[in-house]
Amino acid sequence: MSPLLAAETLGKFYGARVGCRDVSFDLWPGEVLAIVGESGSGKTTLLRCLSGHIPASSGKVRYRTRDGRMVALDEMSEAERRMLMRTDWGFVHQDARDGLRMGVSAGANVGERMMAVGERHYGRIRAAAVDWLRRVEISEDRIDDSPWSYSGGMRQRLQIARNLVTSPRLVFMDEPTGGLDVSVQARLLDLIRGLVRRLDLAAVVVTHDLAVARLLSSRMMVMQQGQVIEQGLTDQILEDPQAPYTQLLVSSVLQV
Amino acid sequence: MGAVLKIENLSKSFLLHQQAGARIEVFEGLNAEVEAGEAVAVTGPSGRGKSSLLKLVYGAYRASSGAIHVFSDGAWTDVVTAPPRGVIGLRRNVIGYVTQFLRVIPRVPAEMVVAEPLTDRGMAPEQALARARMLLERLNIPQRLWHLSPMTFSGGEQQRVNIARGFAAHFPILLLDEPTASLDAGNRNRVLELVAEARAEGSAILAVFHDEQERRGACSRSIELG
Amino acid sequence: MNVPAYNFAYLNEQTKRMIRRAILKAIAVPGYQAPFASREMPMPYGWGTGGVQVTASVLTPEDTLKVIDQGADDTTNAVSIRKFFVRTAGVATTGKTEEASVIQTRHRIPETPLTEDQILVFQVPIPEPLRFLEPRETETRTMHALEEYGVMHVKLYEDIAQYGEIATTYAYPARVAERYVFDPSPIPKFDNPKLDDCPALQLFGAGREKRIYAVPPYTSVRSLDFEDHPFEVQRWDQPCALCGTRESFLDEIVMDDRGTRMFVCSDTDFCARNRGER
Repeated sequence: MSPLLAAETLGKFYGARVGCRDVSFDLWPGEVLAIVGESGSGKTTLLRCLSGHIPASSGKVRYRTRDGRMVALDEMSEAERRMLMRTDWGFVHQDARDGLRMGVSAGANVGERMMAVGERHYGRIRAAAVDWLRRVEISEDRIDDSPWSYSGGMRQRLQIARNLVTSPRLVFMDEPTGGLDVSVQARLLDLIRGLVRRLDLAAVVVTHDLAVARLLSSRMMVMQQGQVIEQGLTDQILEDPQAPYTQLLVSSVLQV
Repeated sequence: MGAVLKIENLSKSFLLHQQAGARIEVFEGLNAEVEAGEAVAVTGPSGRGKSSLLKLVYGAYRASSGAIHVFSDGAWTDVVTAPPRGVIGLRRNVIGYVTQFLRVIPRVPAEMVVAEPLTDRGMAPEQALARARMLLERLNIPQRLWHLSPMTFSGGEQQRVNIARGFAAHFPILLLDEPTASLDAGNRNRVLELVAEARAEGSAILAVFHDEQERRGACSRSIELG
Repeated sequence: MNVPAYNFAYLNEQTKRMIRRAILKAIAVPGYQAPFASREMPMPYGWGTGGVQVTASVLTPEDTLKVIDQGADDTTNAVSIRKFFVRTAGVATTGKTEEASVIQTRHRIPETPLTEDQILVFQVPIPEPLRFLEPRETETRTMHALEEYGVMHVKLYEDIAQYGEIATTYAYPARVAERYVFDPSPIPKFDNPKLDDCPALQLFGAGREKRIYAVPPYTSVRSLDFEDHPFEVQRWDQPCALCGTRESFLDEIVMDDRGTRMFVCSDTDFCARNRGER
């Protein structure tokens, strides 16, 4: 048995500037890992390296494909990597406009990945789109509407449906609740939590919000200045933080 | 029956970087064993680390030194050095933890909150829900609340939902942190019944009870801290 | 006729050689958009500069040229391009499909079946069928290279969702030789079946976008569709009001200010032949 995703001394450098450095961890099926840290701590850079959006400067990212092979991202062909991204992986952007095709209807947004892997039956695509919209609590009569007519929360839920329709095993999320009203955030978080558990998804969630990390993740990594300064179980980090920065982070959360 | 929990030379201190590097020593060199079917009380004045000890065993606190060996599936695992995945596995199948504080998740109904430890182990939802409802009934949560999120419940109701959740699945090791605090006499007795049942089913119990009488009733011996 | 101030067919021989190389590449890789160094032509973009450069490069003094625009030989665009080649190449011209050896067309394929001895040159405004969904050229090239054509069906899905059927009626995407998805230029989808297994060589030139692509003779061209919404061509309730055929693509003509309409063949040569007026 090997992990689903493994990062080995991963680093990304922009000249002398460090994006992230020396990051290592294993992610197993069904695990949700939260990467927390303030803006500029390198968490988004790390996410982009892990998800193959940008090449790493050093180290390796390995992924266990469905046929059980552990393959390094940079040793895959571009075709394989892109296939992975639209089948076995999902990516939920902070700004839904980056993750949706805003020019086509909600139904087409959900159906696209199915068509991308060769589904050529309109009825089946339509039925899957209806089913997925229902699962993310979007009413069926909005299926032919443009995402432009959707609220921020709905767009985010649509983005999630669009990603999950091909039953990925791993989903990357970049501040999935960022920029949403608090009440909308709660509903979305709860939905994500439910889906992740029900579908046994593994996920890497980047967030600066410790409440998001607590609700969604079982494990956490704290980043500062491009480096992981602490990692462990989510409740360990939140209840017994060790590093000075983590203690500051945890103690800075307002209690309500 | 043999020990299923062995605490060896366990020390815990907190280093508070935000408070001029203050160091708080909780305890040092603690040794203890708990056998299957045995209930052991953790006693001592407040602030001596009774709750901290339970959290260390559960893996929510990190030990400064020492080991916490847990026996399951014919092998020992040290919670202190186990990887996160190992601890998550232990929490799912081996170590249960009951506190009076419910972490409410919006929109998840009370009966699902209680059933979750069972469905997490792969039990069919209907079966898990049946057990959850039985527990909610025993703990006097009115049936009309079962379908609602505990978000809006009273403090006492939330506490009992959490206790039901804690006893939903059978755990070879059960950690109880003041499970009866602030409950009325009737509900307190129900909780003590559940503790006795878990013990009879072979759970090794490590418990903090505020009330001495309850402690004596539930536990056969104690570990004194401080 | 002037003393030839131009090289034969306007373009210099070096340029034609360059364009022919692009054409050969396009024929070798059916459906692939071969880049070429499109020249300024003495007509605006959108008037067929790509088609004209392709025609100029394949034309020989012995050729007979036919030029059509929306099926008609006598519309402005067709007339001016025909005149252009009469002046710069001195070639013979014809309106009759079967007499032509090179046919330059805008938006139609003649109804009269083509033969192995003919070349059909299409004027193309936007050669990239993926452009609707993907604005980045680097990305569309990668998509072609990796045969990532799933998004093409997104547009067809949208049609069915909005109109209950595939409402795309022209520039209908198709797959050439089971490899490249291509845009057959704004011909009506009525003409798509004619692209398939056609004996003539079909060349596509996009001047502004600097691309040439080809469907070699007898190459499969399959229009994209869904299993439960198969590709269909449009049909009319009535025959051509002039020649009576039910076989051709009809244009709607408004006859007066009261909205009287008439449906007639878009292919004027085909219609004239049916009426025995040739």
